[in-house]
Amino acid sequence: MNNIDKELLQAVADLHQIPTGAYNIRKNGKSIRNNTEEIEIIPKKEVAGIDIIIKPNVKNKSVHIPVIITQGGFNDLVYNDFYIGENAEVTIIAGCGIHNDTSENSQHDGVHSFHLGENCKVNYIEKHIGLGKGRGEKIINPTTQIEMKKNSSFTIETLQLGGVASSKRKTFAKLFDGSKLVIKEKILTTNEQTATTEFEVKLLGEKSSVEVISRGVAKGDSMQYFYSNIIGENECFGHVECDGILVGNAKIISVPQITCNNVEASLVHEAAIGKIAGEQIVKLMTLGFSENQAEELIIKGFLK
Amino acid sequence: MLKISNLTYQVNDKKILNNINLAFNYGKIFAITGHNGSGKSTLVKTIMGIIKQTYGSIELDGKNIDKLSINERANLGFGYTFQQPVKFKGLTVLDMLKAVIKENKAIRCGCDYLSKVGLCAKDYLNRELDSTLSGGELKRIELAINLAERKKINIFDEPEAGIDIWSFQGLTDIFKSLRQKDNLTIIVTHQQKILEIADEIIVLKNGNVEKQGTAKDLLCALSNLQCKKLIGEK
Repeated sequence: MNNIDKELLQAVADLHQIPTGAYNIRKNGKSIRNNTEEIEIIPKKEVAGIDIIIKPNVKNKSVHIPVIITQGGFNDLVYNDFYIGENAEVTIIAGCGIHNDTSENSQHDGVHSFHLGENCKVNYIEKHIGLGKGRGEKIINPTTQIEMKKNSSFTIETLQLGGVASSKRKTFAKLFDGSKLVIKEKILTTNEQTATTEFEVKLLGEKSSVEVISRGVAKGDSMQYFYSNIIGENECFGHVECDGILVGNAKIISVPQITCNNVEASLVHEAAIGKIAGEQIVKLMTLGFSENQAEELIIKGFLK
Repeated sequence: MLKISNLTYQVNDKKILNNINLAFNYGKIFAITGHNGSGKSTLVKTIMGIIKQTYGSIELDGKNIDKLSINERANLGFGYTFQQPVKFKGLTVLDMLKAVIKENKAIRCGCDYLSKVGLCAKDYLNRELDSTLSGGELKRIELAINLAERKKINIFDEPEAGIDIWSFQGLTDIFKSLRQKDNLTIIVTHQQKILEIADEIIVLKNGNVEKQGTAKDLLCALSNLQCKKLIGEK
């Protein structure tokens, strides 16, 4: 690994070296991987991507599958399928970092499909970052498809750290009886960057639930779009919260939609977008921070 | 000494503060009281630099601080607790303590103050300063963070607001502990218990200082009953 690789891997997956356990590290379309007794990673034959098979009853294991692109003008499309066995408890660390010093665009599109077995518990962390001084754009478009069987639990934390010129995130989920999905999304855009997120969650099973918490900070002339549609088809609970901070001429468009197709469905959405509250700045100034330091601290906390 | 001379704050034709002259000495607790709208909060906000006075001047230890910003005054030793605590989504109590105080020792001090205002530090350090906390909890956390900073001039705007009676005694004990020779404490309050621990009371009315004097004299003048209580007569 060279210094750029290390910087990207540290930013997206907190990796300082090759991890122990199961991993698949993809750089400019080529992968190195390691399997363990409990977690098997199999490359696909027809298309680029991998199948990640986590055996039933596996407890407290993790798998790293970061992608890094350091080659200008490189377009990467992968299809990754995750099969999580019954009762398994696992953390999956994904993410994509692009370093582009050229004038050509670099792009990564990842299509992740999750198949969660009954009673399994999955934490999924996905960070995105764009680095490099080239005029070529850093583009990342993740698509996530999720099917959650009875009493399964899935927590998704996504963080777009900045430097990504354009991102389009699509998430589709189907939840069956007793399953629970939590999505926490944090996005920072600056300059003329755009970030679009789209969620469609179908609460099909009795006592299934979803919570979507989206926090965005849009600076400069950047744009963020947030679309969500939570569909309640059974006795279920759904909550969508979209909060945004605007700095400069940035814009955030939030369209939280809830669709109740069952009288027992309880769905809530809330959205709050605006500039940093003056009282927050003043409060931090009374603690000794300058106006700029106060703004930085507020944004850092908001996206933490 | 903190000295205020001819302080006036005017909005259009309305004088919110009208030619206020006051001197606050170190080693004392000053209580500012008066009816709603009398100018109490405006006065302390002006001292902190949150509101810019229309006329008049503010001096600390003989130096004029009129041109200093809020954070410059904070770095000079002013601490300020708001009447309505401010919420910060995403920032935890520990984040705030770490941001404000760099030394681990002082962070422990913050935890001690959380305990003193009736909150178990272990339960609150990782809580976000947002709507999941009640107004009273936020108020007590703000007090603890400010006190942990160990400022030489502490200003509290209605610190009793939202505080339950069980925690209130702890609060008055904290104020008493601030009565030290290098410290100056200014409390805007409507609470008799706080008025009773003050060394001097300033009563504002319509932006003017209506009365000023020692707690003993002034409370006696305000109410015979309060006076008896204060001096311990039955």
